[in-house]
Amino acid sequence: MPNYYRPTTRADALAALAAAGEGARPLVGGTDLLVGLRHHTLEPELLVDLKGVTDLPEPIVVTDDGVRIGPTLTLGELVAHPVVRGWFPALVEAALTVGSVAIRNRASLVANSCNASPAADTAPPLLVHDARVVISSQEGDRTAALEEFFLGPRRTLCGPGELVTRLDLPRPEEGSGSAFRRLTRRRGVDLATVSVAARIDADGHVVLGLGAVGPRPLRTEPSAAVDPADEAGVDRVLDEQLEIASPISDVRGSREYRLAMLRVLAKRAVLAAADRRHPREMAS
Amino acid sequence: MTSARADDHLLDELQTVTLTVNGSRRSVAVPPHRTLLDGLREEVGLPGTKSCCAEGECGACTVLLDGRAVNSCLVLCVEAEGHEVTTIEGLSQDGLTDLQEEFLNAGAVQCGFCIPGQVVAAEYLLRTNPSPSEDEIREGMSGNLCRCAGYQRIVRAVQATAARRSGGDD
Repeated sequence: MPNYYRPTTRADALAALAAAGEGARPLVGGTDLLVGLRHHTLEPELLVDLKGVTDLPEPIVVTDDGVRIGPTLTLGELVAHPVVRGWFPALVEAALTVGSVAIRNRASLVANSCNASPAADTAPPLLVHDARVVISSQEGDRTAALEEFFLGPRRTLCGPGELVTRLDLPRPEEGSGSAFRRLTRRRGVDLATVSVAARIDADGHVVLGLGAVGPRPLRTEPSAAVDPADEAGVDRVLDEQLEIASPISDVRGSREYRLAMLRVLAKRAVLAAADRRHPREMAS
Repeated sequence: MTSARADDHLLDELQTVTLTVNGSRRSVAVPPHRTLLDGLREEVGLPGTKSCCAEGECGACTVLLDGRAVNSCLVLCVEAEGHEVTTIEGLSQDGLTDLQEEFLNAGAVQCGFCIPGQVVAAEYLLRTNPSPSEDEIREGMSGNLCRCAGYQRIVRAVQATAARRSGGDD
């Protein structure tokens, strides 16, 4: 059973993570970690609780260029934040589907990303919003695009002795819109069978983030410009964009079902994102 | 010893945790892996908070931690050091609350096992949103499962409490 350590400085936290190496796990919300401990799927020697650290980045800082999110921002705080709601509607929609109110009151956005579940609800919108992470260790900081950060199921670029200390979201371009759609078996406390986030810019270039249809959350390259009113054009874009999906069959759905639903949800997400391209209309 | 799971924890090192439970300062000595749920039930001696799925799916263990609803099965006791916990016993220190009365009036209590968690979740919902719509009630309570499927009456109980608190007459 793990030991528990609650450092008060970033330096102490990084030193503890470095000393314990593979055996250490940072702890923020614990909503995933404690389930792993209970089922013995995770057997860390040391839990490093980040909630007492006073010199980590603030939970959320808004600048002219975007928002910077620290490890202790909960999903509940995220979805209630007025700037996040205005700039990143797909992320708010996705975060609102995670667990339940009580889960969202504990779960951390950054830590959810570090768990790197292929079905993580927050991953597709973070990908389409071009999230970057800052990975810190005793040696210093490095940054990576979230797309490069996800390596495979529950595997990320964040290695032993390292900690993701910040997640940055650039401010979306004027006139762009985003939306999130997902399929689950029941509303609340269920993992996604398929999830899709879409972003479309003022000229009609589409980027999709896909969850639960590959070994890691996937992001597509921007498409050719498309007019959302042109159904055949949207279908062509989706044909190209969805080629990267490679879902497996499991208890939540077969490969074929997932591919069929992905197509439906992706179209809905693109059209909903297109409808949001004029924020003033949305605010009313 | 046949597997790691056969370990007993009698020899685990205990940590002293001081927290405020229902307004009183309490100190408990627990191993670091003890959940807040088990700490409340077994160390503090408050069995109103129920243990069911123990993985954050069912909401039977819902308590308020610094005023926010959380699943106490997903919080370690040691994480609660210095924090304030309110359990169902704390909500009803002066007898049944209006919310509990409305649960009874609506016939929302069947086997009763999920009710402490339902009441704490509903109390949190009403404190953060005093006049929720039916959809907001269903969303706010979606983390609390009732195996008797008393959901319609639970929603009615929350609606009745909201109306009562706003001075309405339902």
